[in-house]
Amino acid sequence: MAEILLKEITKRFEKTIAVNDLNMKISDREFLVLLGPSGCGKTTTLRCISGLEVPDEGRIYIDGVDVTTKRASQRDIAFVFQLYALYPHMNVYNNIAFPLVTQRVPKQKVKEEVDRAVKILRIGHILKKRPRELAGGDQQRVALGRALVRRPKAFLLDEPIGTLDAKFREEMRAELKRLHVDIGATTVYVTHDQVEAMSMGDRIAIMNLGVLQQVGTPTQVYRNPNNLFVANFIGSPGMNFVKCLVHKDGAGKVLVNVVSVDQSLEVSDKLKKILIDKGFIDKEIILGVRPEDVILSLSRKEGYIDTSVYVVEATGSYNIIDVILSRKEKLRVRTSSAVEPAVNERVYLNFDMDRITIFDPGTENSIME
Amino acid sequence: MADVKLSSITKSFGDITAVDDMSLDIKNKEFFVLLGPTGAGKTTTLRIISGLEKQDKGDVFLDGQNVNDMGPALRDVAFVFQYYTLYPTFTVRQNLEFPLKSRMRNLPQDEINNRVDQVSKVLNIEELLDRSTLNLSGGEMQRVAIGRAIVRTPRVFLMDEPLSNLDAKLREEMRVELARIHLELEETFIYVTHDQIEAMTMADRIGVLNEGRILQIGKPDDIYERPACVFVARFVGSPSINTFEAVIDKDKLVIGDKDMICCLSREQCRSLEKINKKKIIFGIRPEDIEVTRDEKDDNSIRSEVYFSQSMGAEDILNLSISRDILLRAISPPKILIKTGEKVFANINMDRAHLFDADTENRIKC
Repeated sequence: MAEILLKEITKRFEKTIAVNDLNMKISDREFLVLLGPSGCGKTTTLRCISGLEVPDEGRIYIDGVDVTTKRASQRDIAFVFQLYALYPHMNVYNNIAFPLVTQRVPKQKVKEEVDRAVKILRIGHILKKRPRELAGGDQQRVALGRALVRRPKAFLLDEPIGTLDAKFREEMRAELKRLHVDIGATTVYVTHDQVEAMSMGDRIAIMNLGVLQQVGTPTQVYRNPNNLFVANFIGSPGMNFVKCLVHKDGAGKVLVNVVSVDQSLEVSDKLKKILIDKGFIDKEIILGVRPEDVILSLSRKEGYIDTSVYVVEATGSYNIIDVILSRKEKLRVRTSSAVEPAVNERVYLNFDMDRITIFDPGTENSIME
Repeated sequence: MADVKLSSITKSFGDITAVDDMSLDIKNKEFFVLLGPTGAGKTTTLRIISGLEKQDKGDVFLDGQNVNDMGPALRDVAFVFQYYTLYPTFTVRQNLEFPLKSRMRNLPQDEINNRVDQVSKVLNIEELLDRSTLNLSGGEMQRVAIGRAIVRTPRVFLMDEPLSNLDAKLREEMRVELARIHLELEETFIYVTHDQIEAMTMADRIGVLNEGRILQIGKPDDIYERPACVFVARFVGSPSINTFEAVIDKDKLVIGDKDMICCLSREQCRSLEKINKKKIIFGIRPEDIEVTRDEKDDNSIRSEVYFSQSMGAEDILNLSISRDILLRAISPPKILIKTGEKVFANINMDRAHLFDADTENRIKC
């Protein structure tokens, strides 16, 4: 069990700043996901925590102890790379026991620890098997078992399931999350896959170009992204961004004019206040709306935007409808699987104004808070 | 344009049977997806169609013509590679012209221009012809890559996991683009993937493969709503369907040590009586379970939220019914249900899938 504190961490590789002044606290028992595109600094951050890299500036504390210059082996944390690497000539029991045997732990103690891991991972029925006789999922469990028996203070995982088939990844996401719920050890998990981050993390830290963009629960980063980068990175299908012009009509109503189609939509009272307070009347904004927050009507409706269907994607449990807003602009709408307009059919759109995010096109930051 | 027919195709590599007595009928202008896990035989099937691989047994027909003895070049099929195989130093026009300029074809420049113009019109890339491929969006590049295949006027387009190396955003964009291009082109597409969402969202029909065999062929909707066997049910749909071994007790399904009991409909009872099975596999998709705080009816199962997984537009609630039984349910995130909370899982039995426990095949109800 451990609390990990990163204070003003900076790490450079020659001229590149891999991590730039990073501050973060990872609570005891927390599952924190470092998320971002390749080159964003997430793996470097993880390697600094593990002791495989030493930061150029800043300090790292584990449970209040400064470990910045301590070696990896002295930090008592388990770094799990790809979950695969098992010893092919050893059976499952010996693979799991291996880290303890090399540390000359007494036999009885080894058995106790392996039994505990086996129980958590529910793999009692395969102990005598060799790795190659196991299904992929069981191999992963054995690899995890080998990390578990050491009872490390924290687990660090670097894209452990990135190379697997889609179906198998989905299973492993639930498996790892369940494991974390069961043992409650502090876990730092690196990935570029937002689905993994959303579905497993207690909190997600999103990084780009070495700079931390936002830290929050999956719901917070999904519903209230700090900036365009976060909004665009989180969610599948992704958020729609629509260029709009804000204006006030004679009656004092605040409307957003969708530039590409020159059609105006009235905003909610809450948004009206924000737009006025922040001085966005007669200014340009970027309106961000999630596909499930676009309201689609198959019949013409007053105040709705007139569009046509580009493609209908049926996933089985829901549909994604791509509509053409203008020649260069498309929008994605998520509907129930019962809504199935034909390609090229006219459909009419509005936005759930309580659930949109507005961004300043200059700074690319959200103006919602 | 062509229809493609495979008749009892078998292909082995050493001891491994990659394709096992496979028959397929792919219609002209169809977007047909071969879906299956790694090693299912889908790529081998595609290579046999193209002529890059020769089957041990069976026949391949293109437009009714047996092409067993034809090499890849003569079959007139086109492999569409990932869009980034475009020549970066060429303009879009030069990329499109390239396959036509081979010495073997010896086409006059007029003819080449005509074809390029025609193709770019169909694909809506006329305005891009003089641009370098470096500044194109992902969707535009995909169109050019397909354009390069089309200028040769192949009979069939073959695609082997063309989106697998792209990042998630681009993959989504490409899915839409490919589906749309297929609608506009009206050509036969045969597409291989292990990603069920690609198959569901793009295909006219899907053939689900495992271990060299076709398990089911059908429209995405058929495959999803009426999976032919347990494997197909589990492979298609995300999050995956819940499946449990169950025992029939009169009009009830009993799971585990009476951990979970569901009431069968009259039709379901009748179908089960007819085949006289006591043990079955019960399947229910996560979206067919409604999670509520109050008990609704006989099919409300007492449970506890073990952990939940946020997916943005929805949450996956993993409910524990007993020590060994976990149930995945989908709930809108607006209903804030917390870990550890006691809830009811309301099973919509009209949407249940029943499979024979021995054969794992679907029991028709």
